[in-house]
Amino acid sequence: MACRTCLWLLGTTFFTCTVRLVVEGTEVGATQGSQPEPGVVGSNHSQAGGGHGSSISGIQIVTFKWHHVEAPYLIALWILVAGVSKMVVELNHSLTSVIPESALLILIGWILGGIIYGADKMQTFTLTPTVFFFYLLPQVILDAGYFMPNKLFFSNMGAILVYAVIGTCWNAATVGLGLWGCWLGGAMGDIDIGLLQFLLFGSLIAAVDPVAVIAVFEEVHVNEVLFIMVFGESLLNDGVTVVLFNVFDAFVSLGGAEIDAVEIIKGIISFFVVAFGGSLVGIIFALLISLLTRCTKNIQIIEPGFIFILGYLSYLTAEMLSLSAILSIVFCGICCQKYINANMDERSVTTVRYVMKVFANGSETIIFVFLGISAIDPAVWVWNTGFILLTLLFIFVFRFIGVFLLTWILNKYRLVPLEFIDQVVMSYGGLRGAVAYGLVAMLDENKFKEKNLMVSTTLIVVYFTVMLQGITMKPLVTWLKVKRAAVTELTLAEKIQNRTFDHMLVAIEDISGQIGHNYMRDKWHNFEERWLCWFLMKPSARKSRDYIFNIFHQLNLKDAMSYVKEGERRGSLAFVRNETKADVDFNKKFRASFSEIMPDIMADNMGPDHVPLSSILQDIVPSVCLVMHEQDLTMRESEDFNAHHLLQQHLYRGRKQHRHRYSRSHLETNRDENEVQEIFQRTMRSRLESFKSAKMGVAPAKKIQTKHQKKDKPQKMPNGNSSDKSKNHPYGDKDLEFSEGDCGSGDEAAGDLFPMRAYRVEAGIVNPAFMAEMDPMDNMQQIPHVALLPQTLNSFDT
Amino acid sequence: MGASQSARTEHEFQDLADRTGFSLEQIGNLNKRFRQLSKNEETLSRQDLASISALDNNPLRAQIINAFFDKRNLRQNEAGTVQVIGFEEFLMVMSHFRPAAMHITEEEREKLRREKLRFVFNMHDTDSDGTITLEEYRRAVEELLSKAGTIGQETAKAIADAAMLEVASTTRGKMEPDEFYEGITFENFLQILKTFDIETRMHVRFLNMDTATMRCGK
Repeated sequence: MACRTCLWLLGTTFFTCTVRLVVEGTEVGATQGSQPEPGVVGSNHSQAGGGHGSSISGIQIVTFKWHHVEAPYLIALWILVAGVSKMVVELNHSLTSVIPESALLILIGWILGGIIYGADKMQTFTLTPTVFFFYLLPQVILDAGYFMPNKLFFSNMGAILVYAVIGTCWNAATVGLGLWGCWLGGAMGDIDIGLLQFLLFGSLIAAVDPVAVIAVFEEVHVNEVLFIMVFGESLLNDGVTVVLFNVFDAFVSLGGAEIDAVEIIKGIISFFVVAFGGSLVGIIFALLISLLTRCTKNIQIIEPGFIFILGYLSYLTAEMLSLSAILSIVFCGICCQKYINANMDERSVTTVRYVMKVFANGSETIIFVFLGISAIDPAVWVWNTGFILLTLLFIFVFRFIGVFLLTWILNKYRLVPLEFIDQVVMSYGGLRGAVAYGLVAMLDENKFKEKNLMVSTTLIVVYFTVMLQGITMKPLVTWLKVKRAAVTELTLAEKIQNRTFDHMLVAIEDISGQIGHNYMRDKWHNFEERWLCWFLMKPSARKSRDYIFNIFHQLNLKDAMSYVKEGERRGSLAFVRNETKADVDFNKKFRASFSEIMPDIMADNMGPDHVPLSSILQDIVPSVCLVMHEQDLTMRESEDFNAHHLLQQHLYRGRKQHRHRYSRSHLETNRDENEVQEIFQRTMRSRLESFKSAKMGVAPAKKIQTKHQKKDKPQKMPNGNSSDKSKNHPYGDKDLEFSEGDCGSGDEAAGDLFPMRAYRVEAGIVNPAFMAEMDPMDNMQQIPHVALLPQTLNSFDT
Repeated sequence: MGASQSARTEHEFQDLADRTGFSLEQIGNLNKRFRQLSKNEETLSRQDLASISALDNNPLRAQIINAFFDKRNLRQNEAGTVQVIGFEEFLMVMSHFRPAAMHITEEEREKLRREKLRFVFNMHDTDSDGTITLEEYRRAVEELLSKAGTIGQETAKAIADAAMLEVASTTRGKMEPDEFYEGITFENFLQILKTFDIETRMHVRFLNMDTATMRCGK
């Protein structure tokens, strides 16, 4: 199978090259001229014009219209090639765990580049700056912004900014000046270059690259603070890079003589304008997106499209205004995530998440493959030992020095100081990538005589960092015993405790009269709740956006899902397949009087748009399916069932609420049939309502009057569900007997849960699904490179 | 304040600094704050704390205020509450939120952790019986979520139940049919919060500068 995909891969590339050659060969007359393709793959080949205008002998039944489709065909073909490369790379899992995927993709790029070069005698396809900056980079950054853990990001914002701004400036200055010094010292031989050009080169090679960082750190799960430092830095340093690049580019054009204090001050001011302006553009677009999603209730089907379009527009707008485009799209993603997740329908949210991931991953793949291909171009091969080796040395060494210096300063002000080992990993993780290459390819050859040297050096630096540092990152992290990310998601109890801590700290700060970090956060939180949420969120979304409620909601859905899945597996779900069948079932077991009530229940609970319940469930199934799968991984399945059972048995028997009737040893059957029915219909109704409320986020209304005038409470799904699972507990048969005696209503607290089991046996609806032992659910294969759940739940954090 | 009085308070402060671990400037600031809250009296009562307007939006208001008057937090080994507290007690409660010193041993760190978590535990365990029962937990969660949107009381109760379930399953595992699950004991509590970084979570930065005057009003 591996051979087949490899052959297919080679085949597609051969096909690409040969098609073009063949087409040239069979051209029918016409003019020669270069036909630039609109921003597609940067082809330098001169094209023959379409030759359809000349004489045609007769009607041609089939014609070969290559030029008609050339541009889109090549694009699609290259995307396919990139995808297939990724497939090839991922064939061998043990290989990808040692060598990061990005390195392997570059390797494949080399091979492909070699093939193309061999076929065309020149590199027809390279990574042009236009394609890269306009079509490949935006989606990666939008993905980064959208899935950014906001709380973590903003708590560490100070440190991230220090590293991004001061760190990058330090790197740029030291590398540039260091190289210049060495050039003056004669280490590089005779090249046509100057101080300003060195500084420019320094500034473009200094920046840590977000694409590379994502690609490498994805496989090495370091602790979140460390990750957010490096990652945040890689995103925010674009502001600095853009400014430095433009400033030095302008300086080089002006020539050395024109530079005076005014220009330098203008440069510094432009930094602030570019950085803050870019962020502002992003925030404005985030507001637009949020407002838009507020009104898209009637066009839910294309809701997701708006996110991408507006995100892309924010990128282009910032680019148009010569502000930092990356900052713009990052802040767009960061600021809008909360509101659009609240406003949009669940299915749209899922769509956005997955499409975002597809685009981002696809772009990354294409970027790395083309980085590989672009290297096989002897036109840019200029070797200068001194330049290249010194560059490598300087970026490595000065990164370490810079990080340690800045961390030492920062640690004086941080609550939790950054450890030494974390600093080492942070320095080592300063990877350079495609952004540097894109910038260097943008240089003007006339102004920069040594452009090819710089391009080669940049490529070598990129390969060094991505491949070597990428490969050694994991062993290094393991060897240094870096604190890794928590693998399991926080439990509900822990989240509640988190919330408790937050409020507690704010209160203590208030009492002690300090203005602290928590005070600020609290103030922002209050402001946001009062004004922003009112403005940007749909009214219905505002109610159910508390993150603890969302966690709880997820848990409920998950339980419901497992319940349905299990029932389907066993082949029978007594009551939820479709209304009519359910009706019949109940009629069989109960007297006819009951069936009068059932249709009411079913009718009442037809679901939001008068869709029958079964299809709601089916609707629920696919949309939550994706989320749930990840949860399956993290939740402890068998313990859940265990726990649910536990609660049933023990917890609600608080001492004061102990009732004689629920003795384990003393079985009692409930004689009161009315009570049984009422319990059944109450639990049924509340179960259905909790499905409904799970969908709509509304507190279930109480409709059915019971004979006993009890206050109906919504059935808690975990507990309700658990009763079914509890059958599979080691207690086995004993359990069944127990449940026989366990019916009747009683105290509210105790009575709520027991009736679930009661009805199940008492009412005679013996659901065989839940009688037998249940195997633990198989764990889903973890979807690689898609870590959605932590992000999902984190995004609920304020 | 006369010179003699300030000399006396200096000596007191030094004594307090040694016992609670605050620095002299921090104690000075907290003393000023104490005076401000207690309206220059020697003792602080619940009403004084309740009158802080900033606390109005805080769902944990009542619990925090109670924590100040809870004897267990005042290093007294009995249960119950006091009516008024002096400056020393005020400091003792505040000291739970001090950061750990830079270089302390593992067991000292562990001890500090236990102390801090004990504070939180006491806050939840209102009847001082050493366990957080379901009722207490429910009440705590309800209060916590009371200010957060429109989460109903029943939903809060359901959430508390689900959380309790998790705790029960993680700490007790399989239980015999006849056993009770009484509630969360302190050891269980520690276990749940094992992964928490208490250093950051329970840490208020006590400044050496006087910020009381920087904030207008309270």
